Amino acid sequence: MTLKATLLAGAVALAPMAAAADMTIGFSQIGSESGWRAAETTVTRQQAESRGIELKFADAQQKQENQIKALRGFIAQGVDGILLAPVVATGWDDVLEEAKEADIPVILMDRMVDADKSLYLTAVTSDLVHEGRVAGEWLAEEMAGEPCRIVELQGTTGSSPAIDRKTGFEQGIADHDNLEIVRSQTGDFTRAQGKVVMESFLKAEGGENICALYAHNDDMAVGAIQAIKEAGLTPGEDIRIVAIDAVPDAHLAIANGEMNATIELTPNMAGPALDALEAYLASGTEPEKWIQTESRLYTGADDNMAVYEEKKSLGY
Amino acid sequence: MIRSTSLPLIVTLVTFVIAYALCASAYPAMLSSRVVANLLTDNAFLGIAAVGMTFVILSGGIDLSVGSVIAFTGVFLAVVLRDTSLHPLAAFALVLALTAGFGAAMGAVIHFLEMPAFIVTLAGMFLARGAAYVLSVDSVPITHEFCDWLQDIYWKAPSGGRFRLAGGVMVAVFLGAILVAHRTRFGQNVYAIGGGARTARLMGVPLARTTIGIYAISGGLSGLAGIVFALYTSAGYSLAAVGVELDAIAAVVIGGTLLTGGSGFVAGTFFGILIMGLIQTYIVFDGTLSSWWTKIVIGALLFTFILLQKGLTWATTIRRRPAAGSPTPS
Repeated sequence: MTLKATLLAGAVALAPMAAAADMTIGFSQIGSESGWRAAETTVTRQQAESRGIELKFADAQQKQENQIKALRGFIAQGVDGILLAPVVATGWDDVLEEAKEADIPVILMDRMVDADKSLYLTAVTSDLVHEGRVAGEWLAEEMAGEPCRIVELQGTTGSSPAIDRKTGFEQGIADHDNLEIVRSQTGDFTRAQGKVVMESFLKAEGGENICALYAHNDDMAVGAIQAIKEAGLTPGEDIRIVAIDAVPDAHLAIANGEMNATIELTPNMAGPALDALEAYLASGTEPEKWIQTESRLYTGADDNMAVYEEKKSLGY
Repeated sequence: MIRSTSLPLIVTLVTFVIAYALCASAYPAMLSSRVVANLLTDNAFLGIAAVGMTFVILSGGIDLSVGSVIAFTGVFLAVVLRDTSLHPLAAFALVLALTAGFGAAMGAVIHFLEMPAFIVTLAGMFLARGAAYVLSVDSVPITHEFCDWLQDIYWKAPSGGRFRLAGGVMVAVFLGAILVAHRTRFGQNVYAIGGGARTARLMGVPLARTTIGIYAISGGLSGLAGIVFALYTSAGYSLAAVGVELDAIAAVVIGGTLLTGGSGFVAGTFFGILIMGLIQTYIVFDGTLSSWWTKIVIGALLFTFILLQKGLTWATTIRRRPAAGSPTPS
């Protein structure tokens, strides 16, 4: 009797685990062109593992034809769901139709596609404008009405993160007449360009006339910190620095007091995506068509060393 | 006895069958009609380009412009369909004429200026890619009703596989090329040039016409591959299809064609394409291997086939040596 009860209890306890392990997900990733994307891949693997999901991973090496092949392979294999980080926006209709016909839900991660909304379950992306707005609002609050001349390091000219993060920041400071962007130039999202452009800002304006720097990504901010130091100023104090992405080096800079704030572009797109997928597969719950990831603000008040240690191993 | 010229083809076939059997034993779903349909659809553009490459390599040449011509074709089509009211069929004809002409021009330079094909087609590669960039740097979507209609043509197999038009076009191109290579005077001339240009001239092969024809075919088929690719991705993008010429060369060699020219079969290239597609499919099915393993396996296969070719050439010379000097008709 007791034996039977134990077995039964064991079986009940094991049942959900066994069911979860039966779940197989395909993940078609663009490639590993940036540290952030490598981190996204690592986090996606971790998320799948912690949920007991078998993850089939395909790296497309930046080629759409490889992504389409991978998707068709997943469909032929009969996976339970597909995560897709599309390399370009166009050309997905056919393969998404095949997935829909095979009753395999597809979730977009990090980027959108130009296809009918009914062809995918949901899209998990960050809101680039919102990120910029959080940065602007943080600076407005930090300055508390004091006048501030801001210089801006833009991303690659014409790229959507550069356009949207600029727009968002301008929205964030729109109601504050004390804040003014005096110079704005592209630093191409790179560390080296960030440093060069910051040097020219310092020369043109004079270091004492710049109160804050807003960089569209952390890499440019890290380059700019170097330029500010070389100009004999103290980054983080003489010039306040806010940027976006929250890469490990930015946490390190904040911990060292050389930077003031960063807004996180989370590499954990898979968490919300798998939540939505599991809910959909278990009970047919249709998620919203767009799941916005949290754009968390990190400042000196957070334990940045701990975050740095945690993020260091993700592959950034 | 098996003739040594057909041995590479047999090896390719056997490799394919064994590889498919291994894949199917690991993942039974590999036998589904979906996988077969995917192999044909997803590799259609590469297959069509590889047919042109087969002719070029059979003649002892090389064509490095293939990938760039595919990208150019896509961008050209997308821009023409966006900016003019030209019907897609007219645009297809126009771009095929352009690419075939481009190939013919490269062939003419190779023949009349006696330049190595490697250099001439390298220049062609830069030219075509540059022209694509000049037309548009961004990816231009193709949204014509007729193109959508073409993409929606498919025959659905009972277990869900969709045999699309692109795959059909590839098979048709292969069948046509087999006829041309083995049943026409032009085909014989291609083999003759590959066997040695000087001998071919003595045999009365029209070198100029044949060389220009070979590169025109390769250019035109690259254009056709470009059309298939543009419809496949519904867009023209100047950065697309980088390195496709190398994949095509790999498929031709794995298909048993001698890189030195003169020996090989168009049908072998078809199985070369399928073997390469099969490796990719297996890696997606496995899901834990890095996709760069595709390149490693293809590299290893290439190396094996080159060794095999070398071995065969060596074996043939050994066998022929006693007969050398005596006027034996062959």
